[in-house]
Amino acid sequence: MLGFEDTSIAFVYIANIVAVTVCVIYGIINWNKGADTEAEEIAEELQWEKEEAELDKDL
Amino acid sequence: MEKTNIMLLSVIIITYLLAIGYLGFLGFKKTKDAKDYMVAGGEIHPFVMAISYGATFISTSAIVGFGGVAGIFGMGLLWLTLCNVVFGIFIAFVVFGKRTRKLGHQLSAHTFPELLGKRFNSNFIQGASGLIIFTAMPLYASVVLIGAARFLESTLQIDYNTALLVFSLIIAAYVLAGGLRGVMYTDALQGTIMFVGMIVLLVITYSKLGGISAAHEKLTALAHLVPGKLQSIGHAGWTAMPETGSKWWWTLVSTIILGVGIGVLAQPQLAVRFMTVKSNRELNRAVLIGGIFIVVSTGVAFIVGSLSNVYFHETAGKIAIAAAKGNHDLIIPQYINEAMPTWFVYLFMIGLLSAGMSTLSSQFHAMGTSVGHDFFKKFFPNKGNTVLITKVGIVIAIIISIILGYQLPIGIIARGTAIFFGICAATFLPVYVAALYWKGATKTGATASIIAGFIASLFSLLFLHAKESAAIGLCEMIFGKKMLIEAHPWPVVDPILIALPISAIVLIVVSLATKNAE
Repeated sequence: MLGFEDTSIAFVYIANIVAVTVCVIYGIINWNKGADTEAEEIAEELQWEKEEAELDKDL
Repeated sequence: MEKTNIMLLSVIIITYLLAIGYLGFLGFKKTKDAKDYMVAGGEIHPFVMAISYGATFISTSAIVGFGGVAGIFGMGLLWLTLCNVVFGIFIAFVVFGKRTRKLGHQLSAHTFPELLGKRFNSNFIQGASGLIIFTAMPLYASVVLIGAARFLESTLQIDYNTALLVFSLIIAAYVLAGGLRGVMYTDALQGTIMFVGMIVLLVITYSKLGGISAAHEKLTALAHLVPGKLQSIGHAGWTAMPETGSKWWWTLVSTIILGVGIGVLAQPQLAVRFMTVKSNRELNRAVLIGGIFIVVSTGVAFIVGSLSNVYFHETAGKIAIAAAKGNHDLIIPQYINEAMPTWFVYLFMIGLLSAGMSTLSSQFHAMGTSVGHDFFKKFFPNKGNTVLITKVGIVIAIIISIILGYQLPIGIIARGTAIFFGICAATFLPVYVAALYWKGATKTGATASIIAGFIASLFSLLFLHAKESAAIGLCEMIFGKKMLIEAHPWPVVDPILIALPISAIVLIVVSLATKNAE
């Protein structure tokens, strides 16, 4: 199939295309999900970014 | 490509540098303080985020090193691409990424060793993990350097040692000038050049060879040209899997596909990126873009690496490894130089070198923080200046990586990557999974697992796996033979298949045994 000697190679060639398609579909379905909305989450993120920036300054 | 076209090369390099400079300025302006960073972060396009992750993940090692390996092993490497998408993108982002980010923020962890150390409340885990990363990672950094130097060697027709020196100096200057943290925009530009380059490479290759199925058929028809030595250990042609259970099969499946495919989950410089994303939404979006990016970059490298056999056979009457004079690290550079138009070769070279730069800068960042922030601060809390130690650590890491680049044997890129990924997986993966998902894991269990995984990895490399044990020679010195167990398949079973299960079993058994005590 597809000019390959082994069907397992043809399988994985197609499986890669399927895997990308799954990633694309997953990304589209969840495109707007998971944003930090709780005040607590945003505060946690800000605090972490602040510490990270301080650490980076040392490098 | 015939002679170096200085004019064209200069135009491409200057345009590229101007674009990088502009984007760097843009990034600098947007990240003045943490709050600005946060706001800017909210506006960063998911394309930029995912491609910059991809640019760190994919380097000269994947394209030059593993693409060259595909020139010998053939299309079986596409299983590695599948692992890269399934483990390296989907499972990494969805299963590991979201929990890593949450845990990192709750524990206020900023490096991978710190995440593990704080989760298990152990300074030893953080310090020892830092030390392991600092000592093992130069091997990986050096093969990324080698990949870039090999491409420069072929393209500019300069001596390999000179190429390595030139690229090393560029990297050292880049890192020391403060380019440690790849600015997202420049990373994304590098990734985009790579991405477009790979698509063009695939299209030109297929069209040169008569179309998709026709090209594959031509490659299938070359099976009789596989060298007798390789046929005798299981090579069955470039479009077939090796004979199941043969030496060739074990190397492909255990070292290349599983070692690298699974090892990616416990890569410190990648895991840390999950903590830096702004929210889970960015991770969801990155699955889409990252998935496409990884399949295109690695899949194309492996397909083109395999098909280069057809090209070299048609043009020079040789298979790829013969055309590259026995060094499979030269297959991809040589193929691109011979088969592609000059402008493309230069553009691709820029893309490849910058992909190497973004990977290297994240590696040196990981090594620097490992030795300063993780190892030194935890083991010698009241001594010395952490900032200075970190900087000295980075300089030492750069020097060791460059020395290794000169010392390592030819054809080492893929193997060096696999060794490092294997050590990381055996040492950290069980503990990392437990840190995220298993409340029952104890501090003693995690400590024992890290030690057991690391020692088992080293032991397998030094005494069991033929490629390394024979080359290093310690086994021969102590026991008078190249490896401890000579019976097939042990000399070709990758250390990851021995050390990872040991590390996981130790974690579970010791955790259960010490559950009540802790």
